[in-house]
Amino acid sequence: MSDTQEVDIIDQVVSQEYKYGFTTDIEMDSAPMGLSEEIVRFISAKKNEPEWMLEWRLKAYRYWLTLEEPNWQNFKLAPIDYQKIIYYAAPKEKIKLDSLDQVDPELLKTFEKLGISLTEQKRLTGVAVDAVFDSVSIATTFKDQLAEKGVIFCAISEALHEHPELVKKYIGSVVPYTDNYFSALNAAVFSDGSFVYIPKGVRCPMELSTYFRINAENTGQFERTLIIADDNSYVSYLEGCTAPMRDENQLHAAVVELVAMEKAEIKYSTVQNWYPGDKDGKGGIYNFVTKRGSCEGAHSKISWTQVETGSAITWKYPSCILKGDYSNGEFFSVAVTNNMQQADTGTKMIHIGKNTKSRIVSKGISAGKSHNTYRGLVKVNKKAENARNHTQCDSMLIGSRSGAHTFPYLEISNNTATVEHEASTSKIGEDQIFYCNQRGIGTEEAIGLIVNGFCKEVLNQLPMEFAVEAQKLLAVSLEGSVG
Amino acid sequence: MLSIKNLKAEIEGKKILNGLNLEVKAGEVHAIMGPNGAGKSTLSAVLAGRADYEVTEGTVDFDGKDLLELSPEDRAREGVFLAFQYPIEIPGVSNTNFLKTAINEKRKYQGLEPMEATDFLKMMREKMELVEMDKSLTSRSLNEGFSGGEKKRNEIFQMAMLEPKLGILDETDSGLDIDALRLVSEGVNKLRNKERSFIVITHYQRLLDYIVPDFVHVLYKGRIVKSGDASLAKELEEKGYDWIKQEVEANS
Ligand SMILES: Nc1ncnc2c1ncn2[C@@H]1O[C@H](COP(=O)(O)OP(=O)(O)O)[C@@H](O)[C@H]1O
Ligand SMILES: [Mg+2]
Repeated sequence: MSDTQEVDIIDQVVSQEYKYGFTTDIEMDSAPMGLSEEIVRFISAKKNEPEWMLEWRLKAYRYWLTLEEPNWQNFKLAPIDYQKIIYYAAPKEKIKLDSLDQVDPELLKTFEKLGISLTEQKRLTGVAVDAVFDSVSIATTFKDQLAEKGVIFCAISEALHEHPELVKKYIGSVVPYTDNYFSALNAAVFSDGSFVYIPKGVRCPMELSTYFRINAENTGQFERTLIIADDNSYVSYLEGCTAPMRDENQLHAAVVELVAMEKAEIKYSTVQNWYPGDKDGKGGIYNFVTKRGSCEGAHSKISWTQVETGSAITWKYPSCILKGDYSNGEFFSVAVTNNMQQADTGTKMIHIGKNTKSRIVSKGISAGKSHNTYRGLVKVNKKAENARNHTQCDSMLIGSRSGAHTFPYLEISNNTATVEHEASTSKIGEDQIFYCNQRGIGTEEAIGLIVNGFCKEVLNQLPMEFAVEAQKLLAVSLEGSVG
Repeated sequence: MLSIKNLKAEIEGKKILNGLNLEVKAGEVHAIMGPNGAGKSTLSAVLAGRADYEVTEGTVDFDGKDLLELSPEDRAREGVFLAFQYPIEIPGVSNTNFLKTAINEKRKYQGLEPMEATDFLKMMREKMELVEMDKSLTSRSLNEGFSGGEKKRNEIFQMAMLEPKLGILDETDSGLDIDALRLVSEGVNKLRNKERSFIVITHYQRLLDYIVPDFVHVLYKGRIVKSGDASLAKELEEKGYDWIKQEVEANS
């Protein structure tokens, strides 16, 4: 097959309509546009926060003012005007929401449309959902059943009131506001997010899930999630997200902190489907998220699984700090970019304890004119005897105008470490597609099949309920990527 | 069932098929032989609808349908099956999943509901037995790490599952040892019936000892230059292709 023909056939790319692009018409209560100390105080006051929380926010804000946007990333980023963003937007609520009956029906409908049912009868069986709409948490399902086991699953703004000692102890403990530009910004202006606490010895009886929806125009979403798994506990948590189609870019700068105590296990899965922008690269979400987990206790385990299909730019490195001896960190990632999307994503595995282990499986798929970068750090500290890491990093190119890049970094300070790295780059060939065609499988189906095959190792990590969704999403986000 | 008239096709401006005629009736097995580079694989690719070949003249009628008008997937759904000379590997996609997708796409085309999982599995078992396909091959990634013989057997297994009207075998015998050749041929023979036709493309007569054709054609320089019954294959085996080449040169 000649190259030019391959271009012809494979590059008649890209026309998929983003099906979550609708907007919800609802009265909003918003902060004035722009960022200042006043705005930080405004948000804190809206949430009726304790004084210490406000102080922390203000410190973060003042620190942020001293920072400059990072510029080491492998993509182009037009300057963001932080004064043109609205930092707080919430549906107007006159009364305190005690039950779903009091939730605005427009909101319920919005989540129904997104396939997230919050009404008690129709909710996804076996999954408790916290729904976050713009800056606030709308509703959390299955609360009572979880409470029986002592599991706390609620909005972080609520946790600040109900469980201030836990929040105070752990917030910023894994991702301090000084960590980076966006974590400082988030600490200053975060409005809501989910809070999870699993008590000692409890295996959370169901999947926990948060669904994030950006609706309002010109707003940023800055949620903060904090999950604490006490000794011998287990939780599986999933986040999903969508946003309307808008011509301007919207910033999503979240922070997620995980804490796993002795023998605890946290499985954190993300299916990210923010609006990616149109096919010429107009609009879309900037997904700049800091996610980090700390394996505090011995034999603890944190596992990140992410399927990233949306966003104009994805820029995130879910990481594990392996402090406890024999602790275990995993990162399974699928990042798909199409059209003009860009992704610079990967992980950091920081080995501190003895006999710590980490595993990285990254699958990057680039179609259209998109660019997909894997960036990963494996760091083994001086005292981390017998650390082990295995990294596997596979890229798949669709068409001939997309790019795949890999930057693996190693910092090994202990010579008992075993670190292995495997990488591959492949291309969906016209041969593979024709072979499928000849068996009666159309081209788009064929791409879905081939891509899902390529990502199988990662998709297998997802909870059953979401694996199927994720598979469909992969197929959809590549729809039109081959003519 | 299949009627090819004056078929001309080229790739990158190079003329490969130069006015090919062929009639295949239901239930018939036609062998197409010819020296390397004669255009045998090109013929199979054009029939299957590979996009890089340009058909410049001629018609192909398949059961009353203009085959050349159909997309490759629709040709397959109408019942054209090509056993590839070089089967393609698709990592991470199991044979089972691949075939389930293929069968259900065909059923969708025919306006049928997807096949019940239990029916599908039953069919898998039956067809595996029929073509003596190793069970372990169905759960592995499609053709990935398969030996040459396993790949060819898998093609026949897929053909058994998809139950085409017309099976085109492109050098299915190449790279097979004698045992594998026998297995593959027996598989094909079991799939022969009154309705189903085959075009068996081969360079060597050997395969035709096992799959006995009704007709043998010699393809040379993009045209069928000689046709006969099974004995023609024997003659070619003894005398090679040179006498045919000479005949053609003399007549032109
Ligand atoms: N992609 C291609 N580009 C240019 N020439 C090709 C291509 N594919 C096949 N050909 C040429 O077409 C002729 C017929 O090839 P083929 O159909 O594969 O013959 P056969 O199967 O009979 O050996 C050969 O001369 C071959 O070199
Ligand atoms: Mg050939």
